[in-house]
Formats: sequence, C-alpha cells, structure tokens
Amino acid sequence: MNWLNWLDQFIEVLVALAAAPLLLGWVNMCRAWLQNRSAPSLLQPYRGIRKLLHKDAVLAHNASSLFRIAPYIIFGTMVAAAAMIPMLGTRLPFTAAADAIALVGLFAAARMFLSLAAMDVGTAFGTLGARREMMVGFLAEPTLLMVIFVASLMTATTALPLIAENLAAAQLAIHPSLLFTAVAFAMVMLAENARIPVDNPATHLELTMIHEAMLLEYSARHLALMEWAAALKLFNYACIGLALFVPWGLASNGDPIRLGLAIVLLAGKLAVIGAGLALIETLSAKLRVFRAPEFLATAFLLAVLGLLVRLLQVAR
Amino acid sequence: MLLRASRRPGGAPESALTTLLALVTAWLAIGLAGLIRPRSLEFAGRALFVAGAVVGLLLAIVAAMSIALPAESVVLPIGLPDLPVHLRRDALSSVFLFLLGSASVGISLFAAGYFRSGEGTLPGVLCLEYHLFLAAMAMVLLADDAYAFMVAWETMALSSYFLVTTQHRIPEIRRAGFLYLLIAHVGAIAILLAFGILQGGSWQFTFDAMRGAQLPPIWAFAAFALALFGFGAKAGLVPMHVWLPEAHPAAPSPVSALMSGVMLKTAIYGMLRITFDLIGTPTWWWGLIPLGLGLFTALYGVIFAATQSDMKRLLAYSSIENIGILFTGIGLAIVFHGVGMDAMAALALIAVLYHAINHAFMKSLLFLSTGAVLHATGERNLGHLGGLIHRMPWVAWLTLVGVLAIAGLPPLNGFVSEWLLLQAFLLAHEVPKPFVNMLLPLGAALLVLSAALAGYVMVKFYGIVFLGQPREAALHDAHDASVLERVGLVWLAAGCVLLGLLPAQIVPMLAGVVADLGINASAAVTSAQSWWMLAPLPARSISYAPLVFTLAVVSAVLVTVLVGRLVYRRRTRRADPWDCGYERINPRMQDTAEGFGQPIRHLFQPFFAMDRELPSPFDRAPRYRVVVFDRLWRLLYLPIERIVQRAANAVSVLQQGRISAYLLYSFVTLIVLLASVL
Repeated sequence: MNWLNWLDQFIEVLVALAAAPLLLGWVNMCRAWLQNRSAPSLLQPYRGIRKLLHKDAVLAHNASSLFRIAPYIIFGTMVAAAAMIPMLGTRLPFTAAADAIALVGLFAAARMFLSLAAMDVGTAFGTLGARREMMVGFLAEPTLLMVIFVASLMTATTALPLIAENLAAAQLAIHPSLLFTAVAFAMVMLAENARIPVDNPATHLELTMIHEAMLLEYSARHLALMEWAAALKLFNYACIGLALFVPWGLASNGDPIRLGLAIVLLAGKLAVIGAGLALIETLSAKLRVFRAPEFLATAFLLAVLGLLVRLLQVAR
Repeated sequence: MLLRASRRPGGAPESALTTLLALVTAWLAIGLAGLIRPRSLEFAGRALFVAGAVVGLLLAIVAAMSIALPAESVVLPIGLPDLPVHLRRDALSSVFLFLLGSASVGISLFAAGYFRSGEGTLPGVLCLEYHLFLAAMAMVLLADDAYAFMVAWETMALSSYFLVTTQHRIPEIRRAGFLYLLIAHVGAIAILLAFGILQGGSWQFTFDAMRGAQLPPIWAFAAFALALFGFGAKAGLVPMHVWLPEAHPAAPSPVSALMSGVMLKTAIYGMLRITFDLIGTPTWWWGLIPLGLGLFTALYGVIFAATQSDMKRLLAYSSIENIGILFTGIGLAIVFHGVGMDAMAALALIAVLYHAINHAFMKSLLFLSTGAVLHATGERNLGHLGGLIHRMPWVAWLTLVGVLAIAGLPPLNGFVSEWLLLQAFLLAHEVPKPFVNMLLPLGAALLVLSAALAGYVMVKFYGIVFLGQPREAALHDAHDASVLERVGLVWLAAGCVLLGLLPAQIVPMLAGVVADLGINASAAVTSAQSWWMLAPLPARSISYAPLVFTLAVVSAVLVTVLVGRLVYRRRTRRADPWDCGYERINPRMQDTAEGFGQPIRHLFQPFFAMDRELPSPFDRAPRYRVVVFDRLWRLLYLPIERIVQRAANAVSVLQQGRISAYLLYSFVTLIVLLASVL
C-alpha cells in the first residue's frame, strides 16, 4: 500500500512539527522540578512562538537577504530531516531518497546557514557565536556519522528506517559497540542542541553562549522560526537516538492501530529522554568554551572506539 | 604517411579523436592569434578568450559523447625522426578531457572579462600562454607514449609557470614561481624514471608496450612509488604541497582556477593511468600508501586552510585537502581491487572521478570569485574585507553555491562524491586482511572529520569576505563583476548544481570508465538504479535521490514561507543592530580571520609552528600578531636546502677562475679516460 506509506510519512512529519515544542516544554518542566522551582506550563514554548508571531519584525540596517531567508531554510531543513527519521514507522518512502549520511549533511547545512546568518549583521556576538557553533559542529558532525556507521556496519545499510528495523529484529543482546556509541551520541546530542554542559539555553551571558549569541539579531517571525527549528532539532536528535538504541515498537506497516500505538510509545520514550536530559543538565556544570572541544573530542573518540570494538567483534 | 591511423579491433570510427585534436589545435591557433595584436586588450584579452571558451565547450561535448565509445589511437609523425607521437583516446582520457573542457568554459569566459591592461605580461602573450596551457593539458590526457606525455607535461608546467609569474615585477611572485617550477621538475624526474621502469627492458616507450611488459613485483612497486611521488608533487600531496599556497595567490585568479581546478587533476589522471592501466595489476597493500598519505593530506590541508588569512592561500590549502580526498579514494580502490572486491573498487574509483570533476567546478568557482573580489577591492587579506554581499550580490550569491558545494552539503555536488566514498569506506571491513580491515574504516573517521572541517573553513571564508560590515571604508565603493565574469561564474555554479542533482545519469557513465580500466564495475551500478535514484551495490540497501531530496527540502522551505505569509500580519522595519548598551558598534568588533582560526590553532597545536607576539597588560599601543608556519618547511625543506647548499659549496672548490686550473682538469680527465680505455 504505497499511498498509505506516504500518509504515514506525512503524519510523522506533522507529529514532529506539533510535538517538538512540547518536548522542549517537558524538558524545561522537569528541569524546574529538579531544581525545586515552580515549573512553567508544558505549553510555554507554544505561547512563546505565538507571542513572537504577533510582533513586528525588526531587522538591522545592514542585514542582507541571506539573513532574512536563513530562518526559512533552517526550519525547512529541520522539517525535511524529520521526514527521514523513523519516529513512528519504518516504512518511510522518503528515506529511499536520502539516507543517514544525507541526514547528517542536512544538519550540517542548517548549521552552516545558521552560522552565516549570524555573521551577516557583523556584530561581535554574532561572529563569536558563529565561530563557536562551527567549532562545536566540526567535532559533532563526524561523531554523529561515526555513531551511524557503527549501526550501519551491523545492518549493512545506511538507510535509517532499515537500520532501526534490523536492529529491532536482531536478537536482544548487549553490544559493547552500541554502548560506546550511545554515550557518544548522548554527548553529541547535548552539544548540538545547545544544552549544558556545552551551552546553556537559559542564559544570555556573553562569555558562554553559543546558540543564543547567533539569534540575538532575530526577532518576531524569524525568531519564532528559529526557536521552533531548534525545538525540532532536539526532537529529531531524540528520535535518531531512539531509532538507533531503542528501536522497538516502531510500526512496520501503515496499519492505523499500530500507528496509534507507536505514537503512544514514542510519547513514553520521549518523556523518559526529556527527563534524562533535564537530569543531566541539572547535575552537570557548564564547561568553559575552551573545554567544549575536549568534551566533543571525547565523544568522537568514544564513537571511533565503538567502531573499533564492532570491527574486533566481526573479526573474531 | 601523413596520418597513419591505427584501427583497434572492432573498427570504431576515428572521428572523436580527430575532432578532439582539431579542437586542441584550435586552442593553439587562438593562442598564436594573440600575437597578432599583443597589446590590444579588446582583441587578445577579450575576443580570443571567448573563442577559447567556445572551443572548450565543443571539447567538453565531444569528450562527453566519446566516453562510451571504444578506445581509438593515432600515430602522428611529428617530433624527432623515428619517434612519432602516439595518441590515444579512451574512456579515462575522455572523462578528464570533459573535465578540462567544461571547467575551462567558465574560466575562459571569466578571464575574458578579468584581465586588465597594464598588469604585468602583455595581453597577447598572456593569451598565448593561457591557451598553450590548455592545449598542453589536453595533450597530457591524450598522450600514448612516454615521450609525448613528458613533452606535454613539461609544456604544461612551463606555460603555467609563465602564467603564475604574470606579475613578474614583484619579487615574491618570482620566488613563488621558482618554487613551483622546482617542485614540478622534481616531480617530472620521478615520472620519467617511472616510465623508465615501466618499459620493462623492451626500450619501447609507447604505453602499449608498457601495458604488455611483465614487471617483477618489486620493480612494479618501484614504478608505482615513483609515480606516486611525481604525480603527488604535481597534485600537492603532503609533504610536496608547499608550492600550492605560494603559487596560487601569486597567479592571476583565472590561472589559479585553471591550475587548482584542472591542472591538479591531470596528476590524478596520471596516477590512475599508471596504476590501473600501465601497471594493470596493483598489489593490494600498495593502496595503503596513497590512502594514508591522502588522509593525512586531507586533514593537514583543511587545518591549515582554517588558519589562513589570505583568501587565495586559504583556497590553496583547501585544494590540498581535496587532493587528499582524491588520493584516499585511489588508495582505497587499489586495496579493494587487489583483494578482488571489484564492485567496491569500482565504487571508490567512481567517487574519485566524480570528486575530480566536482572539485574542478567548485574550486574554479571559488578562485574566480576571489578574483572578482580582488579586482573590486584590491585586497586579498581577509582582515580588510567584509560586507561585500551588499556591493557584489552576483559574486556573493554565486560564491555561496560554491561554498556550500565544497563543504559537502546536500544536494550539491560535493556531497555526492563524499557519499560515494563513504559508502566504499563502509565496506572496507570486508577486506580479508587482518588488522587492515579494522584500520581502514577508521579512515572514514578522518575523512569525515576533514569534510566537517571544510565546512568550518568555508564559513570563515564566506562569512568574513561577504558578510558582516565592511572592515575598510574603501569597500563601500566595491563594484560587482562584469557581465562576462558573471557568465563564467554562473556556468560553474550551474555545473555544481547539476552535478549534484544528476548523479544517477553521471555515475553509470563513470562506471563505464572504471570498467574500461579493467575493474568489473557491473555490481557498482545496479538495476535498482533509475534515472532519478542512485543505488549502488545491490547487496546493501543504500540509495540517494537528490532530485526527490531537493524537491522535499525546497517544498518544505516554500511551504514555510507561504504559511508565514498567511499567518503573519505584522510589519517589518529596519533598525540599528543591538549594541549591548554601548555607544556604537564598529566593524573592528567583528571576528577577524585570525580570531576565526583560533579554535583550530588551539586544538591542532602540534601541526603548527607559530610565531606569536602578545601584548602585555601595560602596553600603551597593544599589538597582537600571529604568523602560522608550516612545520614541514623547517623539518624537511630547510634541511634539504642546507644540504644542497653545502654540496654546492663543496663542488665550488673546483671553480678556481684560473685558466691553467681548468686546463689541468681537462688534461687529467683525458689521461684517466685513456688509461681506462687502454
């Protein structure tokens, strides 16, 4: 049933779009609870986006059109990325067009546009943020790819849904290589989504900020798109992690009941991930920016180690 | 016996080779025509270059159509008596001729709008050198004996040397030119020696004889190693890379584009020709050498690119990186081919060929855009540029295409070749050799790291040159590129986009080329492949369909824009950027090129030798200065220079300046000779 698969694909993107701010709200809520504050509403990110959409946009005098189109491109790439990740089902027709390597490339494209847009106005913060973002990125990108390679070596494909399907079908066993890569992936996820210990989403302290520094010149609809895209990115990363390390429970066909089940299961998994994220953020301190490359280099080496362990296993 | 064409079995039509030769002759004629009115910029600098572009276009078309045709050869009785010139066109030549022709169209058109009067060499002479350079590169690709190859190779080196030293009145440029010439010749000697070994005792220097020669493994390896050294020196493989960052900034931008985009690829061609065609059966472990060197070169090049503050030097180092990627692919292909995994070897080689064509387009585009910036501002230093997207929108937006392509981002062309190479790397663990099969996949980690760093480099390059505020007041008067220059840039940018979108059309063609090299490529291109989807290797479900992918991303962006239009009803106004509560923001508050390179300098410290001057807290006029050196200069080149100097000093003892001493030398030589003969 080809059209059913496409419907599946469409539902998945819609779920990602709608649920991404919810995940962010959930993380913030858990964080507030853990830090003994009264929590903001779960819907707070939506309210933020709605507020921004009701404001006049302010652009710097020397902002070029690159600055204006970048939010749309970044948002569009994140939506397209959501279409490649098996969140609910594994029969995603779009993934034949773009595999996990293309997914990493798409994230890299979004990062590059974000950095270029940040450099466009030519303020000190913008360029500083762009440089730091690229510094984080050039270590995070290969790590993510290495993580995917390990899974791809186990399943002989680079298409993410097939990887998830094969891993889910495999005999339940603890693969040491997957353990290494899971840690590496968690570190990359923290770094790429501007979370503590690499960046702090809740601060505008100039010495430490990365992601927020790049958004300083954005306002209104542009900012709303950027914020939403950031939420979507977190959602995408969480779902990549689920597909690689907890691939069970994905619907293998377009059956509506199984799809509904998959949605419930996904919500449960994401709730756990969100709580875990909040826990990590509460327990760890923000690293100095100079230490961030060391953090990421550790992640990279862990991923490479995972690859090596996998190859040793195969060779044996 | 004017033109004795030898038909290969099968009796293919000779037309393609003859047409190609006619086009090469046309290039030569255009070059010579420049001497008719050497001082006229309109004639020699404009009209003839446009004619050269037309010839390039025809060459590209003929070469592209001849890829699938069987090989054909011809013997021309020119040159020394009894040493006719053998020429041959096969699929490999055709691919590289296509690369040469198609990239040269954009470069020649740009050059037609680029050269100004009163800059160094006369336009007519420049026109001759330029077209001689093009013709020589075409002859390198068509040569079928060692003599013809070396003559074309040397003509290529010399004509490009004269092009590099166009502004020969500046001492640094003369020095850069000399360095280039020196390394080119050291490399040429190695290539000559490789041919000397390859003839295998038959003293026949045609490539046909070399194909037939049975070499003992040790000699075959010696030939391979010499070829790797020689072609590596031409291509810029570390540690023979030092000429690139000197010669590329010295040359006029179209020449840099031609050298970096096309000439470096002739070295790749030579490497492929000798390894897979003339030697024919490379042993698998040979591949580890270019693989290791290539990975090191890729990382080395990109790390240095990140710390440069001269935009053309930055691009030169980026070329070194890409040469590293190409050699990595060649090495991988040799390993795969050597152990009999031909499908993977074919995949790696297809990636190499694809990347060679890609790099020709994207690097030419970037070098030409630096030329446009250089003309508009007179600046090469990133520290004096900025904000040019407002003054030069054409150049800026077209450069963005090149920047995204070279950073390896989908759906542009750089991504396709990297995707193919990574897919090949993912299979490296199946090589049936212990340890090697474990270490090879780690190469993918290095490859990916250098690809990610390339993104860093390109953000630095583009962000500092085109975005932000102008760092100098003079930049406000910068002008956009002229019409011809724009056409050249558009051609190359369009190439980057098309090569990115149509891999499913191009890869089967390249697979034919690879099959022609004796590698069974049938499994690399499968039946699952359709006109819109790339799906190599049937055993693995891997696929990439850039058209669908692009359509999805573009429609996602467009829907976002449309919905934004519908939902959003507020105004947009302009204001000053946020100034953090200080009085005003000035351009000096932006990150500099040095600042942008700082994390890389910090992280990869062992690679650099740095000369740093830090201000003390009590300085009245603080000065910060950092110069990054290539460590290999001190470790390798300066010692060699010292040895040469010392040897020269030792020999110079003989030089007395007195006629009696020289007569004595002759007398002693004569006595020794007589004594040894009698």
